[in-house]
Amino acid sequence: MTVPGESAPSTAPSTDAAPMTALRRHRALTRIWASDPGWKGWFTTVNHTDLGRMFLSVAVFFFVVGGILAMLIRAQLASPRSAFVGPDVYNQLFTMHGTLMMFLFAIPLFEGFAVYLLPKLLGTRDLAFPRLTAYGFWCYVFGGSMLIFSMLAGIAPDSGWFMYPPLSSTLGSPGINSDFWLIGITFVEISAIAAAVEITVTILRYRAPGMRLSQMPIFAWYALVTAVMILTGFPPLILGSILLELERAFGLPFFQVADGGDALLWQHLFWLFGHPEVYIIFLPAAGAISTIIPVMARTRLMGYGWIVAAAVSLGVLSFGLWVHHMFTTGIPHMGLAFFSAASTLVAVPTAVQIFAWIGTMWRGRPELHLPMLWILGFFATFVIGGLTGVMVAVVPFDWQVHDTYFIVAHLHYVLIGGFVFPMLGALYYWMPHFIGRKSYFKIGPTAFWLVFAGFHGTFLLLHWAGLLGMRRRIDTYESGQGWEAINILASVSSFVMAIGFALVLVDIVVNAVVSVRGSRNPWGAGTLEWAMPTPAAAYNFASLPVVTSRDPLYDDPELPARIARGEGYLGDPVRGRRETLSLDISTGRPAYIVVYPGNTAMPMAMAAVTGLFFLGLLVKAYWLVPLAALGVAGFALNWVRALGARREEGALPAGQGLSLPTASEVPDPPGWWGSLFLLLADGTLFGSLLFGYAFLFTIAPNWPPPAWAEPGAGVALAALGGAALVGAGRLTRGGAGAVVTLAGLVALALACLLMLRHAPDPTAHAYDATLWVLTGYALFHLSVAALMAGALFARRRAGIVSARIGGEGRILDLWAGYAALVTLIGLAVTAAPGVLG
Amino acid sequence: MHPAGPAAAAISRLWWVLLVGATLIFGFVMALIALAWRRPAGTGDERRFVIGLGLAFPLTVLAALLAYALVLGERLLPRPGPDVVTVRAEASQWIWRFGYPDAEGRATENVLHIPAATPVDVEITTTDVVHSFWVPRLAGKLDAVPGHVNVLRIETDGPGEFAGLGSEYNGPGYAGHRFTVIAHAPEDWAAFLAGDLP
Repeated sequence: MTVPGESAPSTAPSTDAAPMTALRRHRALTRIWASDPGWKGWFTTVNHTDLGRMFLSVAVFFFVVGGILAMLIRAQLASPRSAFVGPDVYNQLFTMHGTLMMFLFAIPLFEGFAVYLLPKLLGTRDLAFPRLTAYGFWCYVFGGSMLIFSMLAGIAPDSGWFMYPPLSSTLGSPGINSDFWLIGITFVEISAIAAAVEITVTILRYRAPGMRLSQMPIFAWYALVTAVMILTGFPPLILGSILLELERAFGLPFFQVADGGDALLWQHLFWLFGHPEVYIIFLPAAGAISTIIPVMARTRLMGYGWIVAAAVSLGVLSFGLWVHHMFTTGIPHMGLAFFSAASTLVAVPTAVQIFAWIGTMWRGRPELHLPMLWILGFFATFVIGGLTGVMVAVVPFDWQVHDTYFIVAHLHYVLIGGFVFPMLGALYYWMPHFIGRKSYFKIGPTAFWLVFAGFHGTFLLLHWAGLLGMRRRIDTYESGQGWEAINILASVSSFVMAIGFALVLVDIVVNAVVSVRGSRNPWGAGTLEWAMPTPAAAYNFASLPVVTSRDPLYDDPELPARIARGEGYLGDPVRGRRETLSLDISTGRPAYIVVYPGNTAMPMAMAAVTGLFFLGLLVKAYWLVPLAALGVAGFALNWVRALGARREEGALPAGQGLSLPTASEVPDPPGWWGSLFLLLADGTLFGSLLFGYAFLFTIAPNWPPPAWAEPGAGVALAALGGAALVGAGRLTRGGAGAVVTLAGLVALALACLLMLRHAPDPTAHAYDATLWVLTGYALFHLSVAALMAGALFARRRAGIVSARIGGEGRILDLWAGYAALVTLIGLAVTAAPGVLG
Repeated sequence: MHPAGPAAAAISRLWWVLLVGATLIFGFVMALIALAWRRPAGTGDERRFVIGLGLAFPLTVLAALLAYALVLGERLLPRPGPDVVTVRAEASQWIWRFGYPDAEGRATENVLHIPAATPVDVEITTTDVVHSFWVPRLAGKLDAVPGHVNVLRIETDGPGEFAGLGSEYNGPGYAGHRFTVIAHAPEDWAAFLAGDLP
């Protein structure tokens, strides 16, 4: 591992020996940036190009598995009274089909594209937190493996991908099946949150020097909106999964109506995630479309500003319409009308984008290359899906078709038409970049037509089956209801579609292996990812170019050569370590030099230990859980240890006569920004917990609880005193600050423990369960902040520059302040009814 | 769709309106795309596409649609009336039990008796997991949620038998979770309440 701040290795290039030609620069940078050679490189790489390809490959693997499940489903439904599989197996099939496609294919495929493309589009050398990329990837692989194992062992989740309790709880599913879902998916979601934090910080702070936000490639805007949506959309699901697992494993009755819970709480939490999820899936595809259409039409994108505004408003609106999945749960009609209006309103920003894309085609001269073919397939399919979407947003119509094959057809039009088709277009568009080769064998169009025809053959008439009363999720049906012809046609067509997808795979593999090398920038695009040789070098850009427009390659066709000649920033790898620039958010002025860590197997090892934590919960080996948690904490400390130098470097030359400090000598290092956005997700989870408490308080039938907790004055005293100390720690400079903060955190923890002494058994009532969870949440964050305070104190004494100068102190302030805040709120809201009433 | 009651008929009419509208819009969009290949480059006007087609067009269509749907939805709600009959539906894995406040003590399994051509309020509950009550030819569906009672208004045009379905996934017996609704002429309904019909 390269520890920054140590002297450069002996292989470091020297500037005085020979003039730095482009080739020498390439070799020098490659020595610094390359992943380890051979199989070892797979496990120690932290390079976004490698990890992006790995994400994409694993996501495609899960698409194949999910697709095989879909084929089994269609085989079962091809004829009435089918005896192919029984309901037990069938229920696992459709549950796992939905789960794999949503969580293990769609989201990771976006992550893969973003991880691979963003630094290249934005003109930087890697993502903000390379080790975090690797950690997220391995969490995804290990969590996904858990679900695959459950399927092979025949104990896969079988309560539907939406996991409604009580069916998914101990009452309806006493076996381990549901636990695989709750624990495995939560494990996988670590990768989504990690990627989202990383994408957000990268887009805001890691771009080519001079690139303003308004000059970013349009894909970056979409990725930014998507990432922020993941940070605010996934926490409700993670919270719901934790609560349901607590109910299943320890009897905390959050969803059991008899003890003050409510099954509807799960539906709210699930769809609070589930609807934004649809746009989290669609927006990256829209980003790809917005990138590809102008290039294919030899023009520039129409209405860039409008499209950004549309993407942002889609993101915001999508959080206001989760209830449209719950139109049939008995919510008052005027409430439904509000959500119905919000649901139809999302058609507006969608229409803005669609017509801007069509306008772009009118403005230019569209050419029918393979990526464009897939995008035309998208238009034909997605517009139908959007129109049926407006239909089901209409409340009375939804009452009729809810939970029928009409919905199945609608969602496949939206997800396959709106995500898979454009993403395949994107795959073909960027394939020359991924593999550096020409597309040689011409099976692509054949594959497209098979998929396109197969898709519509499968799903178009299934709308009608839904109108004829065919419910979703039935494992078999009787003949004589007019469904037979539709179903056999759908099954046959689905196999045609599967053959088409298989051909796409064959096409990609064959081209990747045997095709001839292609030219750079085969489509004649204007964005920066084409300003490098393909396949991409490990360092992306030999020097960081100054960018002042959206299509820098159109302004200056010589740019790739100038980058290679080192006519940008950080073009001289004299310091022998991985460096890039971080910018001011809005102006794009270079702010400081970021020094990245080198190759390491630590992210994978940490993901494995994280996996042991989840595995312990899954198999109820609870002794393993605290051990694994300690292991993760140990890795986290080690993770930080590698950052920061012992001696001050001051301002370093960054090229072009500019001198900048390194990240360890500034008050807002990348870790501060990462913490900020991680806390955004964390705060959303806490907010969802408060929402759940308020929901149960006001809606659940069996409230109030038998008794409220009535903590003494000691709790209030310890809590307020602790919070005051944490506040004082912020203001105290030097090593004493960390100690004061630590004392405050301990006092707050004491308040929590006192509260729990007054608290009744958490299994007695949902109120008691909520109290324990809120207090446990506070204790967890207090422990994390205390660990950070201790580490900061130790690092100061060891003379680590970043701990002394203030960047790390501000990170601690964020976490300690957050922990104090959630402790105060948690204690206040649980104690209030007892104290006031 | 073969509606057999006023609610289902209204929803059916709504569907045909939606289908025709959607088909027209789909054809329009596809034609616009095809024209991109036929017209000379440089003809796209940003204001016309983004503001005219992107904003104004969907806002107009959606406003009209929402107003229609809101009025329709309000009409379908259970409103108190002089001749409304109430029945109870209690779902379990995988059986439906029905009760009749007009004749306490009468209970039926998997068969719901109602008077024909009369507004009927079904009070829907569950003893275990979430279920949903749906008679496709009569009305939309409504969920049975533990601890809550949801009320659905159904009404037939005349006497007859109608298939009913549990339509929220509820485990291995889901496909077979059905019931039958029998709508009686007035004299038969009186006989049923009196216990003369099985």
